[in-house]
Amino acid sequence: MKLRGKAWKFGDNISTDHIAPGRLFHLRSNLPELAKHVLEDADPEFPKLVQAGDFVVGGNNFGLGSSREHAPTIIKLAGVSAVLAKSFARIFFRNAINVGLPVLICDTDQIDQHDELEVDLAAGTIKNLTRGVELVFAPLPEVMLTILEDGGLAAHVQKHGDLRLE
Amino acid sequence: MGQTLAEKILSRKVGRPVRAGEMVICPVDVALTQDGTGPLAVRQLQKLNMVRAACPGRTVLFIDHAAPSPRKELSNDHMLLREFARETGCVLSDVGAGVCHQIIAEEYARPGDVIIGADSHTVTAGALGAFATGMGSTDVAMGIALGKTWFRVPETFQIRVRGRFSPGVGAKDLILHLIGRLGADGATYKALEFVGETIEEMPMTDRLTLSNMAVEAGAKVGLIPSDEETRRYLAAMGREGDWQPLAPDADAEYERVVEVDVSELEPMVSAPHTVDNVRPVGELAGTKIHQVFIGSCTNGRLADLAEAARILSGRTIHPEVRLIVVPASRRVFLEAIDAGYIRELVAAGATVLAPGCGPCVGVHEGILGDGEASLNTSNRNFQGRLGNPAGFIYLASPAVAAATALKGEIADPREVLA
Repeated sequence: MKLRGKAWKFGDNISTDHIAPGRLFHLRSNLPELAKHVLEDADPEFPKLVQAGDFVVGGNNFGLGSSREHAPTIIKLAGVSAVLAKSFARIFFRNAINVGLPVLICDTDQIDQHDELEVDLAAGTIKNLTRGVELVFAPLPEVMLTILEDGGLAAHVQKHGDLRLE
Repeated sequence: MGQTLAEKILSRKVGRPVRAGEMVICPVDVALTQDGTGPLAVRQLQKLNMVRAACPGRTVLFIDHAAPSPRKELSNDHMLLREFARETGCVLSDVGAGVCHQIIAEEYARPGDVIIGADSHTVTAGALGAFATGMGSTDVAMGIALGKTWFRVPETFQIRVRGRFSPGVGAKDLILHLIGRLGADGATYKALEFVGETIEEMPMTDRLTLSNMAVEAGAKVGLIPSDEETRRYLAAMGREGDWQPLAPDADAEYERVVEVDVSELEPMVSAPHTVDNVRPVGELAGTKIHQVFIGSCTNGRLADLAEAARILSGRTIHPEVRLIVVPASRRVFLEAIDAGYIRELVAAGATVLAPGCGPCVGVHEGILGDGEASLNTSNRNFQGRLGNPAGFIYLASPAVAAATALKGEIADPREVLA
């Protein structure tokens, strides 16, 4: 599957408080409304201008902090097709797979704000069409690939009636 | 080849020897959610037609993050959690009972348990020798219904601690120092295992502070061997029968060993906006502070309130500071009342709030104004954490917090203790 869109660049240590802040705690049961504020404390323009298919591109330790699954969920709800970063915080990474949001580890120094990207999930490659460079990303562990291919953890359990990961 | 604590606990649970790097499907002993993550977990189970718990007596739905509720949306979320508990027989821990991690330590966690929680600070129970880790709502929802989850067995960093703390310095300073050394992602996906003479002599209240912040270095668990102190704590909680000894093997394999000598350690402060931005208190002394928060799953226990009361007793806080004190649980609150600490703190000018998370998550009870700074005994200082991205948060021990409340600026507790 190929994904295509524009890069939205963020720095290191983007926390779940940047993505889904505590001051909007009351919107956690209204995810479409919460998604209108996604990442606004890191870049106020992002939730207003992001388009379906675009990519969130972070630096080191993207998604650090809380276990709130609402964070990857509203990134996905905003239309983002994948998050690319040099590294991810553990819980965010697992949550993203669980909600069906691809998270790709690659050298994001090769990507600038608003570069046009094409991601081939099966081939494990990212083409930066603006800069004419191709990046590779590390393949997901098999367990996570299974969950992602099933459409997330809830869909996986619905399909199999159990965890079928061994 | 011997086993680390993480390998040992998971091996026993899955019934075969497992090593770092392996994937396992593992039974869950305790599952928990809180009011920020529970409603989504409940809705996932409703959507899948799986409104049930494999072990309702050890599945706990906490209402602690926004408790009492400041908004109708959250009141409705709380209703959903109460209804789910009624329907499934799961335990409800309602407004005023306290922070989930404190109550898990007091009433549920046992050495050797596997505990999953929809809250990143679930790692706190590692202090009791439980493999306790945070996950998202859907992971925990599936754990609740199926009674199991999957893990990759983590590699371990062993943290060997020696030496005796000097006065005014303690466990919070140690963990802040360590996070500063490791970095906010220095231990991503790893288990931390705290050992050594300083840990052996450390009371459970302080061990809980260490394990609580393991996640701030990115770690999956923060484990401490189960020993006589663990037994003493469990006995004090009325459940000595839950104790069993648990230690890593001497020939276990560690990815990294970190040595720390605490005898020269100073009071430490983490400056905005990441927890690993740690400096000795002297470098930040004099920084104007508008609010001080003493509480949370990191430092809201009896010994923490005692330390604050010792410094503030008979004195009055600075007129331009709001001091917010939140006992971590009802038990802590009652014990602090009986010991006279609450009276001393209130007399000094503190505002005491109901047991729970207090202002820590930025929902209520102490949201900062634009440009204001707060010094907290809690565990995170990310931008926006106290409900306003234009605020500044410093993290430190209860001793530094109390000294800061007196002075109205970041202060070294050793100067006011004298």
